Amino acid sequence: MGELRLMKGNEVIAEAAIRAGVDGYFGYPITPQSEVLETLMARMPWEETGMVVLQAESEVAAINMVYGGASCGKKVMTSSSSPGMSLKMEGITYLAGAELPCLVVNVVRGGPGLGTIQPAQSDYFQSVKGGGHGDYKLIVLAPNSVQEMNDFVGLGFDLAFKYLNPAMILTDGMIGQMMEKVELADFTPRWTEEEIIAKSGTWATTGKTKNRERNISTSLELDSAKQEIFNHKLQAKYKTIEENEVRYEKFMCDDAEYLFVAYGSSSRICQKSVELAREKGIKVGLLRPITLFPFPSKQINEMADQVKGILSVEMSAGQMIEDVKLAVNCRIPVEHFGRYGGIITSPEEIVEALEQKIIGG
Amino acid sequence: MKEEIIIAGFGGQGVLSMGKILAYSGIMQDQEVSWMPSYGPEMRGGTANVTVILSDERISSPAINAFDTAVILNQQSLDKFENNVKPGGVLIYDPNGITRHPKRTDITIYRIAAAEEAARLKNAKTFNMIVLGAYLKVRPIVKMENVIAGLKKSLPERHHHMIPMNEEAITCGMNAVVEVK
Repeated sequence: MGELRLMKGNEVIAEAAIRAGVDGYFGYPITPQSEVLETLMARMPWEETGMVVLQAESEVAAINMVYGGASCGKKVMTSSSSPGMSLKMEGITYLAGAELPCLVVNVVRGGPGLGTIQPAQSDYFQSVKGGGHGDYKLIVLAPNSVQEMNDFVGLGFDLAFKYLNPAMILTDGMIGQMMEKVELADFTPRWTEEEIIAKSGTWATTGKTKNRERNISTSLELDSAKQEIFNHKLQAKYKTIEENEVRYEKFMCDDAEYLFVAYGSSSRICQKSVELAREKGIKVGLLRPITLFPFPSKQINEMADQVKGILSVEMSAGQMIEDVKLAVNCRIPVEHFGRYGGIITSPEEIVEALEQKIIGG
Repeated sequence: MKEEIIIAGFGGQGVLSMGKILAYSGIMQDQEVSWMPSYGPEMRGGTANVTVILSDERISSPAINAFDTAVILNQQSLDKFENNVKPGGVLIYDPNGITRHPKRTDITIYRIAAAEEAARLKNAKTFNMIVLGAYLKVRPIVKMENVIAGLKKSLPERHHHMIPMNEEAITCGMNAVVEVK
């Protein structure tokens, strides 16, 4: 068993990055994720593992530094919160278009615009439906505990390098700011130059040798016929990801007559709502998507055979509900509930919404 | 065992660190813990609060609206959280600066004159440990040895020489807390 500590979600992202053998972190401060950069600066990993930590001049600069590092086959990452993520979107679509692996962390706050610094889940569309331009997808992981903030750093890099695609941890100010018990990962050494060449030499700009072609990291292709073929290849990759990487968790679903679907912090609040509802004799369960892309559509569709209605709970005006509805295909009622603009939904309000919108509705 | 606590007062009173020490004490006795702060533009003199949960089982929501115990250190927090204590629950407050006292009759109410005791100890910084002592006297959910171990974990090593002083403040709080009849 690893070391047990009491830490904030944001601090854990930083510590997990050092332990995962990350080569570089590039970021710019913004509440509620500033502790990621602060913790890294305080830890000074450049003295311990050689990891580069750099406060860039802006979010745009930071994501383009990630592009540079990822092009060289290095493990690189950035983090920000909603307004900062909007700035990074151009870089993210370039990374996806150039098929570069990296990790991006969004500790979401309420929007739109500068919005508020309090937690929200209103960046779902931006994370899973694009955000940047073009037909691309990110692999999106939604932790619901401080422990998973630790676990998903390693997982995010594994998936990013497996599929040569940017991975995102989509969390919010609630998980980022709260402290829980966490078992930290063991240290993985950073890859040596030889390891990078062996692992990523077919695409990374590791320095041309006589016996191979040049590797070029680019998302530009002016020949439309070739660009269409490249897009087919991307779509085939996303399909493979959908087939292999769906992750979800079920809570009290065996005898459920109703279902909550919720991810991240809302899924924690919904666990309490399940407990409260069951005290009242309402048989409700929770299905928590852990990956938002790929989305557990098949598993939600299967639950529609069993339950009478679904309440999609998200701290937004209703974004994930679109994917829940597509999964259910109009077979049973699906409604949305959630506070937003920085207000955390209470467990009691969710039970009330279930009673009014689904059971009574 | 599951204890859901809110600690609320002014920024600078040590509300968040008291919660952290309590949470670490829970870890020391193998409990599940969560520490969920109100964060934001809060600063010294503004309001600050933290929800701490200690449980033998997996904790569902770290953000909750009903508490087993409320530890209240200013008027704004008393106005805000008195009604959120579960029936049969506990409210502990420092009467310093309080003009509208708690009115609930379905909960047990305790007073801890922590500001006064800290002044008597001639150390304003011991305030939150006096409050913690009062809490632990009323709700002995963590063992003293685990509190000390929790203190060691949450204080940087350069401050470990202050642990005996903190221990003394905790004892002081334990002795000074009184039930309001």
